[in-house]
Amino acid sequence: MNPRRKKRLIIVISLVVGIAILLGLILFALKQNIDLFYTPSEIIHGKTETGIKPKIGQRLRIGGLVMPGSVKHDPNSLKVSFDLLDNGGGIVRVYFDGILPDLFREGQGIVAQGVLKSLTEIDAFQVLAKHDANYMPPEVKKAVVGLNQLKSNKNKGKMNDS
Amino acid sequence: MWKWLHPYAKAQKSYQLSGKLLPWFVGLTTTTSIIGLVWGLLFAPPDYQQGDSFRIIYIHVPAAMMAMAAYVMMAIGAFIALVWQIRLAAMSVAATAPVGAVFTFIALVTGAAWGKPMWGAWWVWDARLTSELILLFIYMGIIGLYNAFSDKVLAGRAASILTLVGVINLPIIHYSVVWWSTLHQGATIIKFGKPLIAPEMLWPLLIMIVAFGAFLCALTLMRFRNEILIRESHRPWVCALVTGGDK
Repeated sequence: MNPRRKKRLIIVISLVVGIAILLGLILFALKQNIDLFYTPSEIIHGKTETGIKPKIGQRLRIGGLVMPGSVKHDPNSLKVSFDLLDNGGGIVRVYFDGILPDLFREGQGIVAQGVLKSLTEIDAFQVLAKHDANYMPPEVKKAVVGLNQLKSNKNKGKMNDS
Repeated sequence: MWKWLHPYAKAQKSYQLSGKLLPWFVGLTTTTSIIGLVWGLLFAPPDYQQGDSFRIIYIHVPAAMMAMAAYVMMAIGAFIALVWQIRLAAMSVAATAPVGAVFTFIALVTGAAWGKPMWGAWWVWDARLTSELILLFIYMGIIGLYNAFSDKVLAGRAASILTLVGVINLPIIHYSVVWWSTLHQGATIIKFGKPLIAPEMLWPLLIMIVAFGAFLCALTLMRFRNEILIRESHRPWVCALVTGGDK
């Protein structure tokens, strides 16, 4: 490789590497702000890395699984309340007045946006369903669920709603 | 080692080669997209959670993948254009950019149409969606920059530099769902281990990915040939081509 090409090669590579490092540092610094949501445990105990806890009255997003059996519909309006939980054991109650997405169901991962009312309660104005990266036909899903139920004890009082 | 490539640095040779390849890519696009669409939209089973709405995956995922693949192609072209200063490489960057931009746009629009019924929102500012939107802006920036210069050698160099700067966005798009908590779900196919999709749904998806890949190549080759003709319009071989009418 002749020296002029070599020089250009070095310039181009250092340009790309330099920008990569720069952007990497920026994203690392902003890590907390790019996360879309808090998990229930993070609301109660604070973020894992920084220990930052949200303040009451703060607007935030929360993501977690809808606890089976906790969904309560108000018969006279669209008002609904449910508990969100995660692996960390935190449970936060969400109040929502509006139409829930199609994928909303018990055990489903959802993301709610709202205002923190008390340490474990959120007034949501938007509820979004998060779906996983699994795609399979219904029959396969039934078979998988059947296997899991054989393995685990079936003491869950499952409540079906709308 | 690379000697066999040298003739293709000449515009005429490249023009002829891309002309020979073009019908193959067009044919591949037609056959695979017909097979993939019919299989995916009519015969693949519905999803256990999303029902028939999941079928938008057969457009959304291939478009998003090829939007990134187009950028990889451009980045390689830009690298060659800057280091070895081969004019044709810069032309290929200019030829690919609008195609990649359209694929990105398709991915964003189909993603929004999928997000509304499933998530409950057209748009959410999460890391995956935002980085994909930035990719569209980078594409538009490259197109704009290339067309802003009347001196096309300078234009090619400027567009190449911008392309290489923007390449940082690609790993961010891919790993955004891993690094941050996002509403967008994680990777289904491109990851270590088994794909998370049932085989009877996966096959049509793979065929659609091939179809979109061939479509990307076909469109890029067409634009590349046009770019060569425009840039070389004063050359005798182009004049002979236009007046004589033979290849």
